Amino acid sequence: MKKSLGVFFSLLMVVAFATDSLAGALDIFTGEKGEVRIAGGTAHIPVMKEAAIRIMRHNPDIHISVGGGGSGAGIKQVGEGLIDIGNSGRKANEDEISRYGLQMFKWAIDGVAIVVNPVNKVRSLSQEQVAAIYAGTITNWQEVGGEDRKINIYTRDEASGTRAVFWKKALAKGNVAKNANFVVSNGAMKAAVSQDSYAIGYVSIGHMNDSLAGVAFNSIEPTLANVQSGKYPIARGLYSNTKGEPIGLVKKVIDYLFTAEGQEIVVQKGFISVK
Amino acid sequence: MRRTTEQIIEKICFFSALISGFITCSIFLFLLIPGLPLFRGGHFFSILTGPWEPGLGQFGIYPMISGTLAVTMLTMLFAFPLSLGCATLISMEGNFRLSRLLRKIVEMMTGVPTVIYGFVGIFLLVPLVRNFFVNGGSGMCILSAALMLTLLASPTMILLFCDSFSRVPHSYGDAVLAVGGTEVQKFLYVTLPCSWPGILMGFTLALGRVLGDTLVALMIAGNAVQVPGSLFDSVRTLTSHIALVFAADYNSPEFQAIFACAIFLYFFSTLLAVSVRLIHSRWRINT
Repeated sequence: MKKSLGVFFSLLMVVAFATDSLAGALDIFTGEKGEVRIAGGTAHIPVMKEAAIRIMRHNPDIHISVGGGGSGAGIKQVGEGLIDIGNSGRKANEDEISRYGLQMFKWAIDGVAIVVNPVNKVRSLSQEQVAAIYAGTITNWQEVGGEDRKINIYTRDEASGTRAVFWKKALAKGNVAKNANFVVSNGAMKAAVSQDSYAIGYVSIGHMNDSLAGVAFNSIEPTLANVQSGKYPIARGLYSNTKGEPIGLVKKVIDYLFTAEGQEIVVQKGFISVK
Repeated sequence: MRRTTEQIIEKICFFSALISGFITCSIFLFLLIPGLPLFRGGHFFSILTGPWEPGLGQFGIYPMISGTLAVTMLTMLFAFPLSLGCATLISMEGNFRLSRLLRKIVEMMTGVPTVIYGFVGIFLLVPLVRNFFVNGGSGMCILSAALMLTLLASPTMILLFCDSFSRVPHSYGDAVLAVGGTEVQKFLYVTLPCSWPGILMGFTLALGRVLGDTLVALMIAGNAVQVPGSLFDSVRTLTSHIALVFAADYNSPEFQAIFACAIFLYFFSTLLAVSVRLIHSRWRINT
């Protein structure tokens, strides 16, 4: 996977070589050379990919690979030195920080939206209803104002930072029913819910589009404006972690995310800037 | 000169065998050593039979074992008759060009990566199952996974079956025809009984492949942690469970439990391989 992404980006680089000269924030990469391996949280991928393409377009001597795996994998792999930057959609816990000597960089704020298929007419659920649906006590859409059909629950795997924040803030650390389906990335959640008319799931707001319908949580719409104003409660930071202080090229990649251009990518991909 | 080359080749073969044997054993040790606390605590069996409730401190893998067995058995139930039929058609078909074409198609199918089957499963099969069966739920279920795995496992079986059919000496078949038997009788009473070791081998290899496949089940079986009660229930196989929990914290009990999954898979596939060997060698002695 990682390798094929690398090949893909190398091709992009060749294509885009002629149009290099946007300058500005990318100037720090001039004259640099080397490889940066990034993996972990799947919510981060759109921003990371765009940043990687821009950097590699500016300087073809730099190779950046972007992989998934989930927040848990991001933290574990960067801690063990398998990758250079490990992304996570949750704060690394005390134990992880002390064990691996992690440095955290929060470069965006993201909301986690509860989503259903656009065919489904349910557009608003209270916290109690969401918790009851996920716990398996409400099993039919009729009970929350929808059609008389069974609710298909979708959730994420243990390594997911999106799951961690959803479980804490939307389910109030409640149980998840045994018959819940597990998917392994924000992308897979999008594919599953957009195909299943009677599904309920949750994705990073940056991954929302017309194929999904957002559900208001306690009557608050899951929009960027509401996340930004702090009204929408299911929100979290997007972090990039390094083992120890980042140096060289890795530091420059992280610095780039905090420049005006980097934050512009963050906004463009549907997240909230930290600036 | 010739002797030295021979000796060198012999040494190379010996070392290759030694290395592969060593790797197999070290994988076993690698699984056993981190899994040792499980055995020592005496709760290895409670892990095999208990429920998976990480929130309550229970890390049993029974739902995953039953899910794996359900998916595997259903797959073999579909795949075995299908493969036997396909292999029969390819071997018996009088039209040489047609049978060669069929064989080529099957050969091509063995090379399709599992992720392709996974994608086809998600975008074609799962919606089909969901819409066709009203009680099908999300469509991510044992049935979908088994149907897709059937496609994955069949080509290997078909090819092995065909090979074992063609290994039956021609003279046997000719004898049947000579005493007035039909082609069908020849196949049913001579070819099929004579090639059963090959059939058994194909069956075992396919079973091993289904048991060990991760991606198809991970993508379309739904991965719910529950003991299945119907064909339309979402289940998690042992391999999917390892893939899903693998990213958890190293020192956590979740991580230890996946060693139990791995040990179980290892034992189960070893058991299969050994029992096939035994049956095979017994058959040799008896004939």
